[in-house]
Amino acid sequence: MGKNLAGKSAFIVAVLVIFCFGIVGIPHGGLMQSIKDRIILGLDLKGGVHLVMEVHVAEAVASATDRDVARIEEDFTKAGITGATVGKTDPARPQTIIVSGIPAAKLSDARSILQGNDYSNYDVTTTADGNSSLTMKPGAIRDLESRTLDTSIETIRERINKLGVSENPVQKYGLGENQILVELPGISDVGHVEDIIQSAAKLSIHAVTGGPYESDQAAMQANGGVIPADSMLVRGSGSAGAPEMVWLLKRVSEVEGTDFRDAQPSQDQNGRPNIRFTLTTEAGDRFYKYTEAHSSTSSSPGSMAIVLDNRVREVASIQSAIRDSGEITGGFTQQQANDLSLMLRTGALPASISYLETRTVGASLGTASIHQGVVAAIAGMLAVMVFMLIYYRGAGINADLALILNLVILLGFMGYTGSVLTLPGIAGVILTIGMGVDSNVLIFERIREELRAGKTAAAAVEQGFKHALVTIIDTHVTTIVSALILFLFGTGPVRGFAVTLAFGLFANLFTAVLVSRVIFDAILQRKERGATLSI
Amino acid sequence: MSLELFRTTNIDWLGKKWYFLGFSLIFSIAGVLSMLFWHHIPLGVDFKGGTHIRVAFDQKPDEDQIRQVMNRAGIRDAVIQQVSDPSGRAANKVIIALPESSATDQSHDAGRKIVESALDATYHGAAHVEQVEIVGPTAGKQLQKQAWLATLYSLIGMLIYLWFRFELIYGVAAVVAVFHDTLITVGAFSLTNQEITLTVIAAILTLIGYSMNDTIVVFDRIRENLALSRRESLHDVVNRSINQTLSRTVISSGLTFLTVMSLYLFGGEVLHGFSFALVVGILIGTYSSIAVAAPMLVAYQDWRVKRGKVASLPAGKRAKA
Repeated sequence: MGKNLAGKSAFIVAVLVIFCFGIVGIPHGGLMQSIKDRIILGLDLKGGVHLVMEVHVAEAVASATDRDVARIEEDFTKAGITGATVGKTDPARPQTIIVSGIPAAKLSDARSILQGNDYSNYDVTTTADGNSSLTMKPGAIRDLESRTLDTSIETIRERINKLGVSENPVQKYGLGENQILVELPGISDVGHVEDIIQSAAKLSIHAVTGGPYESDQAAMQANGGVIPADSMLVRGSGSAGAPEMVWLLKRVSEVEGTDFRDAQPSQDQNGRPNIRFTLTTEAGDRFYKYTEAHSSTSSSPGSMAIVLDNRVREVASIQSAIRDSGEITGGFTQQQANDLSLMLRTGALPASISYLETRTVGASLGTASIHQGVVAAIAGMLAVMVFMLIYYRGAGINADLALILNLVILLGFMGYTGSVLTLPGIAGVILTIGMGVDSNVLIFERIREELRAGKTAAAAVEQGFKHALVTIIDTHVTTIVSALILFLFGTGPVRGFAVTLAFGLFANLFTAVLVSRVIFDAILQRKERGATLSI
Repeated sequence: MSLELFRTTNIDWLGKKWYFLGFSLIFSIAGVLSMLFWHHIPLGVDFKGGTHIRVAFDQKPDEDQIRQVMNRAGIRDAVIQQVSDPSGRAANKVIIALPESSATDQSHDAGRKIVESALDATYHGAAHVEQVEIVGPTAGKQLQKQAWLATLYSLIGMLIYLWFRFELIYGVAAVVAVFHDTLITVGAFSLTNQEITLTVIAAILTLIGYSMNDTIVVFDRIRENLALSRRESLHDVVNRSINQTLSRTVISSGLTFLTVMSLYLFGGEVLHGFSFALVVGILIGTYSSIAVAAPMLVAYQDWRVKRGKVASLPAGKRAKA
């Protein structure tokens, strides 16, 4: 016959083995266990938490300009320029700093400072009356914002890693600007996850310029009815259990969350939980300068406030100069001390975040979904297989074998590519069973037609495959294109559907074109000329 | 002898086109009326935003009682929905739905926390939260955009493919059939007041592909027959083509319908909307290839003939199989 049936059959068997391997890997601990290890389940089947959040990167710009305001003031003081006002006048434009009131004699000095290297990120313009405005360059803003996003992702990833979840639970979320996706299979308590991610998102230590006051009004009254431009009102309780008060704090922080190098929960001399911290050297220098200038033995003793998420957490008077190691004490439970140290250790989030989308699936619902999906798949498959046997008799066996091979190839594909199986994905498998058998129906119907027209069995099979092939390819390509688009534009569960649909159709092309043909040819080879085909 | 359901049929399909038109019109108009005036298009939380909490109770819950519990906790606009599941397993479950205002980007979680603590306080563990979906306005808009883009690109992709393989008129007839199918399916969702979520959109895009497939099978046969016989009228060729492919169409669709029905009956509550879309879609998709696409083809051709343009339909590009 010269059709190389042996070669083709060998090839098919090889494919079968390869894809079986894809499903179970190297079998260990029983068949079910091997399958469970290979097939990755989506959140909707395993249960878990899916969070989309947005990082407010604009805050990083505001913090950076705040710092530079302080730096300009310091530089001016060093250069002997007094009387100038440096600040951000427009809250809607945090990237712009206005410098005004420079004494005429010092204008050129001021200008050379502002145009120096320290402020190369800014476009400096001067107006006629000597005022200068510095606007952060768009490139620098973009750079800062993207770095802020990356740092946020890394920080969140580190915090979440402590939960012991799978690889790569934190990614950029492509549907919007500055958005992060967190997916945690097997976790059920959304509240706890959010706490780990978000609380103490912003930690800083500020100098206390006034307070504690009973209320906002009392604070303003004590300061002549107005809040100084370089200060802000912050509420909180200065120590655990104390009533809520209002403090006047210096707006620019002495120490930021990112300056912490390490923080460990520990115990103070009374055995109560506290936190020992160390700062980076550069921050340590700054902190030393500040604490020395305001220590209890200095000429202007002061206090500092630890601000956590815009609330005063702790106010302590500065006993002595602190360089880069210190303690935060007061009112922590052991759990709080542990959590807070974790946050300090992995670095604070450089900007605050808000949640855009939350989805959780309980493990019980996930298991029920798997169960129901599998039942539906088996029921559908049995119905189809039985029908094919009854209606197409011998050829029906052909179709059923192809169907089983389809399933093996499909699942093997998924095992090899590490694709995630979702609930719509299981539906996709069921759909490919129905659509896949369509190819066989097309071929068989054509073969029957040719037989009715009087052709021999061999010729009918030949013609059947030939004519049906075009239509099979047409229909498969359109649906695979559909699946591709669903994959590109879909989210998790929909992607799972697109994957099983596409893989299933590819598998079907293979079995319909090659496997069914080989089986027919093998049968025909054994029959004598003129024998009838069971179809 | 073998079992054959459609040995040689000779039905005048095109002659029945007015019945088909009537049938299609009834369902389309019913759907459109519902979309405009009755249930409108029920959008799921993916697109509308808000908070959906699926709760399973140990015993069948009293909806009024749940509503009271919510009211007492300060949530006035909660909607208590039944969970539909043909297998009957979801009899003790409800979905507590809070509107868009409950999930702003600033206070994303507040609704969920209140509901969960209220349920805990009242039912003391006899109420289990199985699934939570909170979609804020930003995320909702993004997902809508994704759905639109997916639909748009799907249709464009198919048009390009059809244009490549067939003459324009075939493509137009197929797209009209697809539009008809989508309208009736969305209408079915509106009539039964079921929510359209992202997975439902995926199902609708799939059934668009399926309907297109089905239409292509008939068109392939028409094209083949046109190439073989240039003397027959288009009317007769189309009828014959449909009759020849009828066997395949009914069996194939029947089998796909069997699998999708299995999904609908056994697949569970989470897939309910998805499987409903497929059930309706497969039925309508099969119907539309015979009842909408083919008559459209012939009608357009007759119109061109009347205008004196061409005498016969071009057999399409690459007519040889």
